[in-house]
Amino acid sequence: MEPSRHLPVTLSVNGSQYPILIEPRRTLLDALRHDLGLTGAKKVCDMGDCGACTVIVDGKAMYACLLLAVDCDDREITTIEGLATGNELDPVQEAFIRADAFQCGFCTSGQIMSLRALLDANPEPDDDQILRAVTGNLCRCGAYPNILKAGRLAADLQAQAASNGQ
Amino acid sequence: MKPFDFARPETIEDAVAMLDARPAGHANGSALLAGGTDLLTLMKADLSAPDRLIDIKRLAELDNRIEEDEEGLTIGALVTLAQLEEDPRVTALYPALAEASSLAATPQLRHMATIGGNLLQRPRCWYFRNPHVHCWLKGGDECQARQGENQRHAIFDISPCVAVHPSDPATALLALDATVRLRGAAGERELPIADFFAPPTAERCTETIIRGDELIVAVRLPAAQGWRSTYLKAMDRKVWAFALVGVAAALRVDEGRVIDARLALGGVAPIPWRAEAAERLLAGSDISAEVISHAAEAALDGAQPLAKNAYKILLAKALVRRALMALSG
Repeated sequence: MEPSRHLPVTLSVNGSQYPILIEPRRTLLDALRHDLGLTGAKKVCDMGDCGACTVIVDGKAMYACLLLAVDCDDREITTIEGLATGNELDPVQEAFIRADAFQCGFCTSGQIMSLRALLDANPEPDDDQILRAVTGNLCRCGAYPNILKAGRLAADLQAQAASNGQ
Repeated sequence: MKPFDFARPETIEDAVAMLDARPAGHANGSALLAGGTDLLTLMKADLSAPDRLIDIKRLAELDNRIEEDEEGLTIGALVTLAQLEEDPRVTALYPALAEASSLAATPQLRHMATIGGNLLQRPRCWYFRNPHVHCWLKGGDECQARQGENQRHAIFDISPCVAVHPSDPATALLALDATVRLRGAAGERELPIADFFAPPTAERCTETIIRGDELIVAVRLPAAQGWRSTYLKAMDRKVWAFALVGVAAALRVDEGRVIDARLALGGVAPIPWRAEAAERLLAGSDISAEVISHAAEAALDGAQPLAKNAYKILLAKALVRRALMALSG
């Protein structure tokens, strides 16, 4: 067997194109963090058991640790770094600050990406839908009550921004 | 993860030609990549170390669609659990499958995981998943779970391995009388899901009879006219856990009389477990609390718990009763 080759891949992340040369075994998470320098998606369990690496791929929340980067070469990827516009935070980020929805913060980028994906698909979620959207994101500090509040607030902030924009 | 080559064939025929006929589940050779949610965890733990991954997600012939015709529903192998959870035809006609899919894993995993891969996933037994334990299923001499920490393990002793099958949808598909369509070097074949799963044996240390040169093309469900179904799952936390016990029940009832019944249990055996004695007892009966109670007893008849999992018998009986009550109400 020949040694594994590096493959050319172009990752489309937060609207930018990143041509890179990688081994097939490189996960999307490692490619984001090491090849692209985007460390917002966290590497914690690396086995799909915690949710800290959650990113949005083609509109859906997924675990970057269980995707191969070579498998993502024509997919639209959004990471936490892609949410804010200049100094203006995304409504979900703003809501996490206002609702005090984190303590240590390690799971936070994953929680925010899950709620961002929820609000993209459903701008007016009820409490069950908010909680269900973050069932795949563990918070060991136990910030869940405020994460729920942040989900509600994010929906409100997003609706306000939309009506102000009209 | 060990290094591997990455192939992206254009046709199923090309993909199949890259496989070999050894039993599926062997450590080396080529492996198929779809959602990757089980395969990558196996590879990261060095439980699987393929020389080559074959990406089948972009095969034009392999479907990620659900199609309905007069014979029932055809679910392409690449359909995700998220699709099954939300598809209006599945939720309306095959609720057990929609419920089982929605109770599996997490939103992120359900967006990634395909039904084909879900049926082929390997057990979550902590001895099997531990790279430092050489258990029977990995070619070792003994099953450490038999005398060890077997709280999560099988109560029907049908294999040297006592790991339980981890899939929720598989249990539902068994109760819904699904068939699995396979394509391999020798052509296509379709078989009842009850024959697709088989307890691991010394010659075949896997949970299905799929050959190494075959892939799942589709799962098919018969027309659901007159059937009601449901799936209930007991977990040790409210979400994101594998089933301690799962129960899928399907009934065809006419004016209080059960015409036909199918009952499947998950978390109790190395494969999804069909409770045929209970089905026979239900068929033709006038549904009542007493009949349901007898059916629950019959469903667990023959169970032989290990030292630490007798609780599963009570749990399974309660879930069977609850599922049948819900369907007869």
